[in-house]
This record gives sequence, C-alpha cells and structure tokens, in this order.
Amino acid sequence: MIEVRELSKSFGAVDAVAGVSFRVCRGEIVGFLGPNGAGKTTTMRILAGVFPPSSGTVRIAGRDPLREPLECRRAVGYFPEYAPFYPDLRVAAYLRFVARLKRIPRAHRANAVAEVLAACALEGVAHRRVGTLSKGYRQRVGLAQALCGNPPILILDEPTIGLDPGQVVEIRDLVRRLRGDRTVFFSSHILSEVATVCERVIVIARGRLVGEGTPDQLSARLGRRRRVVIRVDGPADEVTTALAAVPGVLRVERREGGFALEAAEGADVVRAAGAAMQQRGWSILELREEAIALEEIFLRLVSDGDPRS
Amino acid sequence: MTVLALARKELALYFTSFLFYALATVFLLLAGYFFYTNLGFFVLMGGVNLQRGLWQYQLLDLQRILLVLVPLFTMRLFAEERKLGTLELLWTYPVRDAEIVLGKFLACLGVLTLMVGATAVHPIMVATVYPVEAGPLVAGYAGLWLLVAAFVACGLFLSALTDSQLVAGAATYGVLLFFWVITWNEAAVNEVTLHLLVPFSLFDRFYPFALGAVDTRDVVYLVLFTIAFLGFTWFALDARRWRGLR
Repeated sequence: MIEVRELSKSFGAVDAVAGVSFRVCRGEIVGFLGPNGAGKTTTMRILAGVFPPSSGTVRIAGRDPLREPLECRRAVGYFPEYAPFYPDLRVAAYLRFVARLKRIPRAHRANAVAEVLAACALEGVAHRRVGTLSKGYRQRVGLAQALCGNPPILILDEPTIGLDPGQVVEIRDLVRRLRGDRTVFFSSHILSEVATVCERVIVIARGRLVGEGTPDQLSARLGRRRRVVIRVDGPADEVTTALAAVPGVLRVERREGGFALEAAEGADVVRAAGAAMQQRGWSILELREEAIALEEIFLRLVSDGDPRS
Repeated sequence: MTVLALARKELALYFTSFLFYALATVFLLLAGYFFYTNLGFFVLMGGVNLQRGLWQYQLLDLQRILLVLVPLFTMRLFAEERKLGTLELLWTYPVRDAEIVLGKFLACLGVLTLMVGATAVHPIMVATVYPVEAGPLVAGYAGLWLLVAAFVACGLFLSALTDSQLVAGAATYGVLLFFWVITWNEAAVNEVTLHLLVPFSLFDRFYPFALGAVDTRDVVYLVLFTIAFLGFTWFALDARRWRGLR
C-alpha cells in the first residue's frame, strides 16, 4: 500500500531524509522507529502529502502523489505529531468540517462522523470544545479526524507522545482496534511501544534506514547482552584495567562511584569479576547483574550508526 | 464545495471569538460617532450639498477606521493555523492550496461585508427625513468593498508568512500604510516618479468612489491588487516544498 524508493528530502543544506526505501503491505501494521530528528516526521509528511520529496519515488495505494495528489491524500488518514486542534471548535462540528474537506458526500457525512465518534469513544464529549478536553481525549479527536472517511491507510506520527502511562495504553489499544483491514504506519521513538503494537519495524537514524524486521528479529540482531554493576574499594584506574581484563567483558564504564560492565552472552562475568577483585585484595561493596533495557541498546546502536557494532 | 467548508469553519471561528465582537463593536461605535459628527457638521453648516458632501466625508472616515481594524481581522487567518499546527493537517486533506486561500479570504471578506453593511443604517435613517440619492452612495460602498477586499488579501498574504499573529498584523499595517502615504510627499519625488507612484496608491484609487464616481481603471486596479496578493499567499503556502513547515 505504501512504497517508498530512494526517498530524499532536503531543506536548504539540511538533509532530513537521505535515500530511504521500504514497503508497507496491505493490512500490515508497521512501526517506524528512530530517535528524535531521525527524519520520521519528514518521511511521514511526504507520505501524507504535505510536501513532495526532493528525489525518489512514492506510491500510495499504487498512485503517484506528484500526479494525483488529491487521490493519494484521500487514501491516507494522517495523525500529525502533537495532534494539532482548533481549541474553539466543538468535537462534532470539527469532525463535520473534516468530513466536508475529505469530500464525503453530504448523504454519508452524518454517518461518517457518528462512526468515528463511536470508534474513538468520543460520543460523550461530542459537544465540548476541543480546547477544554484532556490531552488523552484530544489525542482521540486527532485519531478520529485521521479515521474520518475510512481511509485504507493510517499514518500516525507519535500518537502516544506526551500522554500519561494510562492514556498511552488506551491509545495503543485504540490503534490496535482501529486497525481492522487497514494498513497502519506508526512512528515512535520508544522501542517497547512499537514492539507491543507492530508486526514489523522499520528503524531510521539520521535520515537513513538502519534496520528492518519483526521486533524479535530486531532484538536478536541487536544482541542479547547483559550488564554487571560493581562497586569496589580500590584505585579507580587500576580497577578499570583489571575489570577490562576479565574474560567476557566487552566494555567498562565508570558511573556513580562504581563500574558498569557490559557482558557478552553466556559469560559468567559476575563470578569472574568478583574473583579478580578478591585476588587483588580490593573489597567488593556491591556486585549485581542488571538487564539492559531493549530501548537503551537500540538508542545506543542507532547513535553509533551501525546496528552490528 | 470545500472552499465553502473552509469558509464556514473560518466564520465559526470568527463568531466564537471575543476579538471579533470587540472589533465589530469598535467599528460600529466609531462609524456611528463619525456619522453623528458629519451629519451635525452639514446640518449646522446649513445643509450645503448634503447629498454629496456628507457621504463623501462618511466614506473617507470609514476607510480610515477600516485601515486600522482590518489587519486585526486578517492577522490570525494563517498565522494561527501555523502556530496550532492545523495547517499541516489541512495540507493532508484532499484540498488544493488555492481552495484554502479562497476559503479564508471569502470568510474574512464576508465578515467585514456584514460589518460595513451594518452602517447602511445611517443612510436609511437620513432617508426617513431627507431625500438620499442612491447612486453615488452605492458607488461609494462598492468602492469601499473593493478596498476592503484589497486590505484582506494583503493581510492574508502577510499572515501566511509567519506563525506570529502580531508580526502578521504589524507587517500588514506597514504595507497598507505604505500604499496610503506613497503619494503624500509630492515635492520629494520628481514628476516622472510621481506618475509611476500615483497609480499604486490604494487610497487615491478609493477617492473617486467616495465622490460617487466609478472609474473602470480604479476597479481594475483594486481587483488586480487583490488577485496579486491572493497569488502571493498561494506562493507563500507553496514555499513549504523547500522551506519545510518552519
């Protein structure tokens, strides 16, 4: 449904997106992952028809947005980052306005609005001004406008940003329910979120594609590493050297009066590090193993550029 | 169709905003005050040429109030949408930029037409006690309407350039004042330049209308001015291709 080939977009001297290619098939729910400033929003704006790419080709439901911009826009429901809204319009009136702009015939308009109000559980606030609603509700109004007109493709730019944890779960469930037979392209900078909602993930950093696959494939590719935290009563520099020499230790990092060791999979670093310290006569004040959060690895790898490093 | 939907939304926003009512009140009070004093002037002066003189004074006064008030109506049109981020959403609907520009222009012009139209109560009041010649008055109001359209187009353009309503309003004052004073200091420019400048003075273009005379050249100029600024607005929106949304 969405096909992107060698997509690039630059603003003046800044290359926001530099040669990205990917596909999203019909009925798929795909996460678009990357740190802030990676080019996610620019890519999504191009797909939604806000502006054309500098180079590369885009196909939305088989059509070329450069040739048939309005038809492409009709096929896409877009939810922009931060869910912009008109504070003074009432929810139902706003959605009627959207339905008119989406050229839904007059006879179906009331139905279309009622449908999205129900789908996003907004009936109770239909006559409230959008500006008086809570952030969670405003986010749902944003989803409702994207959904209006029943477009086959939904492009959602960070739909959970700035929400409290309860609202995040609510919006995620809503997105999953809305899916039906739609194609959903969903961006986030939080890996776990994408992993729970999406079947496939596309990772982008600094305008380039750095990874693609199911959440499982991706985390396997990122490697299963562990971290060992140790606090020792000894000269810091010597301790660092000694720890680095322990078999299985990939990296030593000093932090808050102790050390964090990154350990390779399968190595018994806790026991080995403890033994090494005792051997030199330094007392161990703390020694424990810590799970590395998936997203921490992801963010570090993305900032390194090479996902295999 | 979508132009009307856009215009309708703009009207809804005008009619729910306190600023609109405040501005309309200021306009009608000032217009009423000018009418009262102008009428008083002509009646006390012995009613000399009341037919033409009164409406000429009144229309020129209305023009000055509108110069002050119209930028306050137009400043929010695009600047607010940029600030809110809703402009981005409009660009993802199956709507052409030209339709967005036209919808906003028509809504703002509609609101101002309503407001200026309300001052028709003055001639109606006079007509109950004294004969009013309709022709020059209609010509004057037609000219005023064209002038308002030109003001709105200019304000719309400057509003499309920035996400700050204040900047949009200030810039509109700048441009409109420039087109007002452009011919004031005749001594400072030579004959040739003056001839080049005079056609560009919005207000010199309005003056004959106020006297009740419709000159095709004035109509064409005001219409072209409006169309040109609507075109500039379209270009300002199109600039997102290379400028991004900032």
